[in-house]
Amino acid sequence: MKLSSTMRSAGVLGIAAALACLAGTAYAAGDLTLVDAAGNQYSGFKGDVTWMMTATVLVLLMTAPGLALFYGGLVRTKNMLSIMMQVYASMCMVMILWVLYGYSMTFTNGGALNDYIGGFSKVLLAGVTPSSPVATFSNGVYLPEMVYIVFQMTFAAITPALIVGGFAERAKFSAVMLFIALWVTCIYFPIAHMVWYWGGPDAWAAAAKALAEAGGPDNAEAKAAFDLAMLDSGKVFQWGALDFAGGTVVHINAGIAGLVGALLIGKRVGFGREQMPPHSLTMTMIGAALLWVGWFGFNVGSNLEANGTAVLAMVNTFVATAAAGLAWMLIEWVVKGKPSALGLASGVVAGLVAVTPACGFSGPMGAVILGIVAGIVCFVFATGVKNALGFDDSLDVFSVHCIGGIIGALGTGLLVNPDWGGAGIPDYVSKPGELIVAPYDMMFQLTAQGKAVLMTLLWSGIGSAILFKLVDIIVGLRPVTDKEREGLDITDHGERAYNY
Amino acid sequence: MKLITAIIKPFKLEEVRQALTDIGLQGMTVTEVKGYGRQKGHTEIYRGAEYAVSFLPKIKIEVVVASTQTDKAVEAIVKAAKTGQIGDGKIFVSPVDHTLRIRTGESDDAAL
Repeated sequence: MKLSSTMRSAGVLGIAAALACLAGTAYAAGDLTLVDAAGNQYSGFKGDVTWMMTATVLVLLMTAPGLALFYGGLVRTKNMLSIMMQVYASMCMVMILWVLYGYSMTFTNGGALNDYIGGFSKVLLAGVTPSSPVATFSNGVYLPEMVYIVFQMTFAAITPALIVGGFAERAKFSAVMLFIALWVTCIYFPIAHMVWYWGGPDAWAAAAKALAEAGGPDNAEAKAAFDLAMLDSGKVFQWGALDFAGGTVVHINAGIAGLVGALLIGKRVGFGREQMPPHSLTMTMIGAALLWVGWFGFNVGSNLEANGTAVLAMVNTFVATAAAGLAWMLIEWVVKGKPSALGLASGVVAGLVAVTPACGFSGPMGAVILGIVAGIVCFVFATGVKNALGFDDSLDVFSVHCIGGIIGALGTGLLVNPDWGGAGIPDYVSKPGELIVAPYDMMFQLTAQGKAVLMTLLWSGIGSAILFKLVDIIVGLRPVTDKEREGLDITDHGERAYNY
Repeated sequence: MKLITAIIKPFKLEEVRQALTDIGLQGMTVTEVKGYGRQKGHTEIYRGAEYAVSFLPKIKIEVVVASTQTDKAVEAIVKAAKTGQIGDGKIFVSPVDHTLRIRTGESDDAAL
């Protein structure tokens, strides 16, 4: 039956606990009323709003202190401010681009190009008021659109900041800023749109209900209207790919861009001949710890509601991360002789990356296994494959974020399986207004996940290469060798990180 | 007067300071230095990248003593700084021509 295949492809970001909702259109009243431009009223919960504001600030914690310190500790003293500025300043810039046009390009309907990119109807946040509603993953439960805007803003801000680790210590500040402005516009906004944009549970329920009332799929006109409602979503979403919090959108996306940057910008001066050990693993450990804390905003906030699935995402973000940190540490202990602090911190980040797409879909034991696999595979890439291939991905953006993201994206397709303790794939259309778990088909789901991974690798890989070339032509990617030797803190920013 | 320059393991500094104070010495100058001798360096590994670190952190103590006290001071340093492991350090003794205390103008042994 055609309807069921559409349903199966109806992959969404999170299963919300819709227990309170009744079949049809009558839902439990929230303690918050939102009103759209047409005057329609929507119900929400202050508890959800509170959690989403908190989660948004937690994601900010990941970037400005967390990532900046994690990366900062790994570079040499002379480039400390350079890497912190690339993270911090690009974050500020993307926040502004987000409210100017990024949100609109990501989370509105893009008309003829809607499969790949949103439109411009909410440029400068046009029409958004404090009472504007936005859908969650539960029928009849809404959030103020503004909290969704800033929550997603923090995602757009951290993703390009991850990239700079691939070519740390050797890219001009002006080049990095220009590249990131272009990259979020041409790559992040489209990918986020493709993976995350959809009409919401009530739009789908209404479409399914209208179809059923019009006599089902046999009514060609009603079927066309239903299909149109399903197509009010991004391409990858239509494939049925699951990405709870950004395995493809954030990590594979940034990871492959970091690798392309490392290859196109080239190795650091003296790479392989001079010693380039991290200048402060203390800061790296602090940064990794802040990342973990902030990641709860990232993963659990992606549920958009404070409910049972949110708590599942929280449990998974704990256990997958702990398992990955231990796995990296232990395999390093066996292979290299000592359990290193940097190894533990790297494993923790690899685990966080891998559980990101899976956190609301996998069961806790599945998350532990996912973490172990991520810790070991990322270790092999960061310590073995990278050295064997000889490229200078300075802070292992590819080995940790891209590889960890791929493990997570594919793993999500397996671990969502209810038979393996997963939460199952949500189905909003079989019983309109009611959330049920769709039948699980491993081949279908793995194919959808694989297509999402490939799409991200190709779009971001090829797109980033073009943008790097463009930036090289406009401002030049690298400083002259003498400036690179002196350190980017002095030559780019006129300051030193440490004066003593 | 003699200048005693001792290169020791950093964690032995407090014991050496105590030993020199116990024999009645009233001052010393300490510097954090890096270097290597027969110990050579050691290897550090960061995410699989191995670095041979040839210069190890050491402490350099400089103390000027009256010639009559030299042997006692050297002996005290050796006793306090010795672990028996490779890398315990070295002591150099060299002559000092003249000493002057800036505040009072006292010189030589009186200035120590």
